[in-house]
Amino acid sequence: MTPALEVRDLTLAYDRTPIFDKLDLRIDEGGITTLIGANGSGKSTLLKAFGRLLVPTSGTVLLEGSPLRGLSARSVAKRLAILPQKPITPSATTVRELVSRGRHPHQSLFRPWTPGDSAIVDAALAATGITDLAERDAGALSGGQLQRAWIALVLAQEAPIILLDEPTTFLDLSHQLDVLRLVRSINRERGATVVMVLHDLSLAGRYSDRLVVVGGGRVIADGTPWEVLTPEILRDAFDLEATVIPDPASGTPLIVPAVDIVL
Amino acid sequence: MIALVGLVAVMTALSLLLGSNLISPYAVVGALVDPANDPGAVVWGSRVPRTVLGLLVGLCLGVAGAVMQGQTRNPLADPGIFGVSAGASLAVVIGVYVVGTSSVLATLWLALAGAIVASIVVFGVAALGRGLSSPVPLAIAGTAVSALLVALTSYLVLSDETTLAAYRIWVVGSLSGRTLDGVGIAALFALAGLVFAVANVRSLNSLALGTELARGLGENLLRARILGLAAITLLTASAVAITGPIGFIGLTAPHIARRLVRGDHSWLVPASGLIGACVLLACDVIGRVIGGTAEVPVGVVLTVLGGVVFIGIVRRGRIAAL
Repeated sequence: MTPALEVRDLTLAYDRTPIFDKLDLRIDEGGITTLIGANGSGKSTLLKAFGRLLVPTSGTVLLEGSPLRGLSARSVAKRLAILPQKPITPSATTVRELVSRGRHPHQSLFRPWTPGDSAIVDAALAATGITDLAERDAGALSGGQLQRAWIALVLAQEAPIILLDEPTTFLDLSHQLDVLRLVRSINRERGATVVMVLHDLSLAGRYSDRLVVVGGGRVIADGTPWEVLTPEILRDAFDLEATVIPDPASGTPLIVPAVDIVL
Repeated sequence: MIALVGLVAVMTALSLLLGSNLISPYAVVGALVDPANDPGAVVWGSRVPRTVLGLLVGLCLGVAGAVMQGQTRNPLADPGIFGVSAGASLAVVIGVYVVGTSSVLATLWLALAGAIVASIVVFGVAALGRGLSSPVPLAIAGTAVSALLVALTSYLVLSDETTLAAYRIWVVGSLSGRTLDGVGIAALFALAGLVFAVANVRSLNSLALGTELARGLGENLLRARILGLAAITLLTASAVAITGPIGFIGLTAPHIARRLVRGDHSWLVPASGLIGACVLLACDVIGRVIGGTAEVPVGVVLTVLGGVVFIGIVRRGRIAAL
């Protein structure tokens, strides 16, 4: 089966600083894959290369088998949606208007707004639980509500592949869980392929089917949460001394950092 | 929006009826119906052209301001930021200094050419550097090129008295004495600018979400930038060519529009144009009425009133961060 996304022999640089060297990675259709790694390991950079926001120095990115470079921005946007880390909340715009902008790739001067578009926006608002907030000004939302609005925008784009760059940053723990549950329901109910970047390893382990650990310009480990979140890999990738125990609530790996040794 | 169109119609009527020559409304209407009845050719010779030009220039500046603020996501962006006004000024000054020409028609052509060359230079400088994905390099290149052009203009103006005299009159921005002769080319540029602005509206809506998300939504960034800059340049250049540099409309009209029709650019851009047209005509009428026979140029009225209004907006905390 053709993978949803694939990079071959990919070399990436950011401001001429090389980040990845000759990387190969496949993302199969349907699951939740989370990229983890230390600060500066390049996980967001890799996500941007998948999302066509960064042009690789060499190598290819394949979207459902076709090279990204040969596709127009619009045709990519119909198949792949990316939510960057810090989107800008426009002024004097309601939540519904904000979510409506997700329909951008499906419209043109000659194909204006239709009732079908409105129905898709309504469905996206309902799926993210913000129908009640639709007429509110986006600038007046709380962090957790706003993040739901951004995810609704991405849903309205109706792309089968969804990339999320640190969707839980700046949120408190209960809102982080809230967003990740929403991501999982989008994956399970809509069958969307999700690739995201997360910082919290235990949450990544709880909500992902597959974890990819990056660092030092390569993939350090790749597999199920239990295969990847081992003390050895944590030491290698994060310079972290920790024990890994089963999470009493979910049974997924829970990272317990070692106690500082005070002399 | 309908109210705005109505307001423009009211302003147009006022602009036709009021002026330093006191003519009764009946006489004005009579002259409009039959040009042969025009007392002293005031209506067709002066009021109709300046009303038409006022509408056009106000519309151009309002639309250019809205596109400019959308492109740069900077609530303080003014069409002048791309060096358009500075380029036009320098070209006009060079014309007077070198050839000694200060006819309205020559000035119009020079201003148009200067404005367009300046904005191409600004665009080129920004594109050579860190590129066009962020609005910041554009704004910086515009400011830098503007400063250079203003310095050159000052040098020429200060070193030659004839140039200073001609420049002094042009630079305040006025509708007085402008006729429809020869503005066809400027109007054509304005029309092209308006078409580009309308075509840019959808892109402005996605650019408002940040460059990365806009690209993720399938926006062709280079095309969106070029289209927007072309619109701003053509609109501002034709406005500057007709009246001389007029500030404040490009800056304030989008803010007023944002309060009236909110953030969707498909409403914001046209509303901003209509507000620009209203404000320009209103200020021109005020200048005609308060000045008596010695009219106060519209540029002066605008700067004085615009300054006060803008301070009011800022004090009430109604400036939206973009």
